[in-house]
Amino acid sequence: MSEEKHHIVPYRVYIIVLLALLALTFASIGITSIELGEYTVAGALIFACIKSFLVLTYFMHLKYDKKYIRAMVVFVFVIFVVMIVITFLDYLYR
Amino acid sequence: MQTAHSANEANYLTYKGKYKGLLGWIFSTDHKRIGLLYLYSILTMFSVGVLLGLAMKFELLAPGKTIMEAQTYNSAFTVHGVIMIFMVVIPGLPAVFGNIMLPIMIGAKDVAFPKLNLLSWWLYVLGVILVLAALMFGSGAPDTGWTFYAPYSFKSGTNLLPAVFGAFVLGFSSILTGLNFLVTIHRLRCPGMKWTKMPLFVWTLYGTAWIQLLATPVVGITLVLVALERMFGIGVFDPALGGDPVLYQHLFWIYSHPAVYVMILPAMGAISEIIPTFSQKQIFGYKAIIASTMAIAFVGYLVWGHHMFTAGMSGTAQYYFSLLTFIVAIPSAIKVFNWISTMYKGSINVQTPLYWAASFVFVFLIGGLSGLVLGALATDIYVHDTAFVVAHFHYIVFGGTGFAFFAAAHYWFPKIYGRMYDKGWANTGWLVFFIGFLALYTPMFYLGMMGMPRRYYDYLDEFHSGNILSTFGSWIMVTGLVIIVVNLVRSARKGEPAEMNPWHSKTLEWTVSSPPPVENFDELPVIAEDDGPYNYK
Amino acid sequence: MENNANGEHVHYDAEASKIGMWLFIFTELLLFGGLFLIYSVYRFKNPEAFHLAAEELNTSIGALNTVLLLISSMTIAMSTTTLLLKKKGATLGLLAITIIIGIVFLVNKYFEWGVKFDHGIWPGSEHLLNDFSQGEILFFGLYFVMTGLHALHIIIGLAIIVAAIIRIRKGTVHENRAALLENAGLYWHLVDLIWIFLFPLFYLIT
Repeated sequence: MSEEKHHIVPYRVYIIVLLALLALTFASIGITSIELGEYTVAGALIFACIKSFLVLTYFMHLKYDKKYIRAMVVFVFVIFVVMIVITFLDYLYR
Repeated sequence: MQTAHSANEANYLTYKGKYKGLLGWIFSTDHKRIGLLYLYSILTMFSVGVLLGLAMKFELLAPGKTIMEAQTYNSAFTVHGVIMIFMVVIPGLPAVFGNIMLPIMIGAKDVAFPKLNLLSWWLYVLGVILVLAALMFGSGAPDTGWTFYAPYSFKSGTNLLPAVFGAFVLGFSSILTGLNFLVTIHRLRCPGMKWTKMPLFVWTLYGTAWIQLLATPVVGITLVLVALERMFGIGVFDPALGGDPVLYQHLFWIYSHPAVYVMILPAMGAISEIIPTFSQKQIFGYKAIIASTMAIAFVGYLVWGHHMFTAGMSGTAQYYFSLLTFIVAIPSAIKVFNWISTMYKGSINVQTPLYWAASFVFVFLIGGLSGLVLGALATDIYVHDTAFVVAHFHYIVFGGTGFAFFAAAHYWFPKIYGRMYDKGWANTGWLVFFIGFLALYTPMFYLGMMGMPRRYYDYLDEFHSGNILSTFGSWIMVTGLVIIVVNLVRSARKGEPAEMNPWHSKTLEWTVSSPPPVENFDELPVIAEDDGPYNYK
Repeated sequence: MENNANGEHVHYDAEASKIGMWLFIFTELLLFGGLFLIYSVYRFKNPEAFHLAAEELNTSIGALNTVLLLISSMTIAMSTTTLLLKKKGATLGLLAITIIIGIVFLVNKYFEWGVKFDHGIWPGSEHLLNDFSQGEILFFGLYFVMTGLHALHIIIGLAIIVAAIIRIRKGTVHENRAALLENAGLYWHLVDLIWIFLFPLFYLIT
């Protein structure tokens, strides 16, 4: 099974990603300590989404994997979001 | 390599592995042996479920108490539902015929993770034991219905915890089977077996596996929450603590609606193999069937709310769910048209599997159309929780999946056991079963429309005649079942040796000997560039 | 594809293992997805109570645990690189660091839960049922279930990493057969991914 090719990710990439993640964490703590009212959750979730994008892309190697794995991940997240939206068709209008 | 070679000469039923006798089966990682393990365990549970169903029908032979008390009846329909849904119909076609046939159909030697496959079966057994423990020990068999609706599921004094955990474990087994199939289909297709050349049964298993993978965990966590609610009172679904029982129903049906597609998709796949074989013709609209399979799998994920029209959802949600429910009917109808068009001008070879397949199309049609009655908001409010619903889903789940299961069993039987069954008895069994089925469930449509509610051990006098017919039907149907099973069991041991390809089918499993050798293929088959689906040389 | 004496396959397909792990991760995501769905519905219905109840949680411990998990994610990601570069010692070292951080996370969690228990807050406790509003009861119910389930996944993740360490030491996981380590990494990142959402939803909505 020699045909498999490994993309060796340099340490530098991981360190940069970690620093970015830490910066985003502290930024989200900072942002939410400001009184933003109903936008607090939205703000926190946007930061969480960016962070999870970084984890998926670099730590979980999606950037270097075959495209169909990426497509599956996107599909699963879409299904989940659609599930929440549909449930809220009930709770928003009840 | 010498040992491997001699192992290849024996077929999968007779070879000797590391263990002998029964151990050689329950520790075997051979996908065909695991498939048979599933077959025997599922048939065992099926007969338990059938006996419970018979008992319920007997209770309904006359108004008032006939043979059991109300509480016994409540437990009977709960356990009947849990067994039939979680242990029989959901694993039914994928775990039995999927396991046995999928790797051969795509030209592989086994599934991607054989040990995981064996683990799935062990988890299945563990789940079964847990649920049966709920029956026999503790404070009485569960009485919530198979849906475990909150808040009754944590108020009921019956022994519900093991049943809930059992359902969770069965779900886990189902997830692992789905995972295994997905990786197998992605990685182990033989050279040249492109996606657009795979048999339709494989395609439906692919769609099914995605549903198993993405829907089952939702019910898993929901059942865990019910268990935690019972043990600690976390309040998540308890209206007394601020929880919303309707949210339980949402989560439950987010899984359990797609689960009916786990039941029906592989059934449709098996029918899509059988009809062209016995019409001696190419399947009509190969790509349309694939597209409709994937469409059903996807849209089926988004329509769960039609089980909850009377639960107090918002009007917006009701309109949405009703609309999408009608949309799911379209791909299902496409398939029916494809099957009929395949038979049109075919040279029809009338054999037992075709009887089953044709009657499948008939009962599936009635079941599907009665589903539209339930998917429409106004009529659903009228027939919700009546015998009409029971008739509808038995037409789909038993008439659909059950008929397809027997169709597949009679179709692949000579391949699996290397012997042919007695065709006369098989046809007789089918006819008796079919008549019994119609007599059992058709009156329930009428009874439901007249207003007879489901899940009661008693009814008003005006419903008596319909119930008598239905109960008689149950006896006829079970007679048919006995004929079928006895014939198959007898033939598995003493039937005439079967040829390699008795039905002149086109798929790869018919190119290996019957029963198949241990590793399926000595040399992996290669599909040529210009071969189409069902046209391998 | 080769066969051993029992007719079983002895083949190695790194991509199959990887897809298998991803598919398993999908089921885990939807397992937590169900809980996030419940969370979002109840938060929508009880915004004030969730706000109030979140004040009870200690943001500093939450933030500390976030930082720890992110660092451990980097160390385990790096261990794949070192393994592929054939630096066995460095790989084992990075994995050991990952495990230690995971254990520290659990210890923090233990103390965090302990403080809640000291205050008389646990699922079904009298203090919770009598002195809190329904929305707050739901918040704490979800808090214990979700962080508890997450902690359980940390323990499973640690077990997988230990298995990877044993295999690396035995030499059955190496630069040409790295699938087990890569899957351990994927699973650990999943745990991280879930925490990335749990942290703001429970600690940062005050």
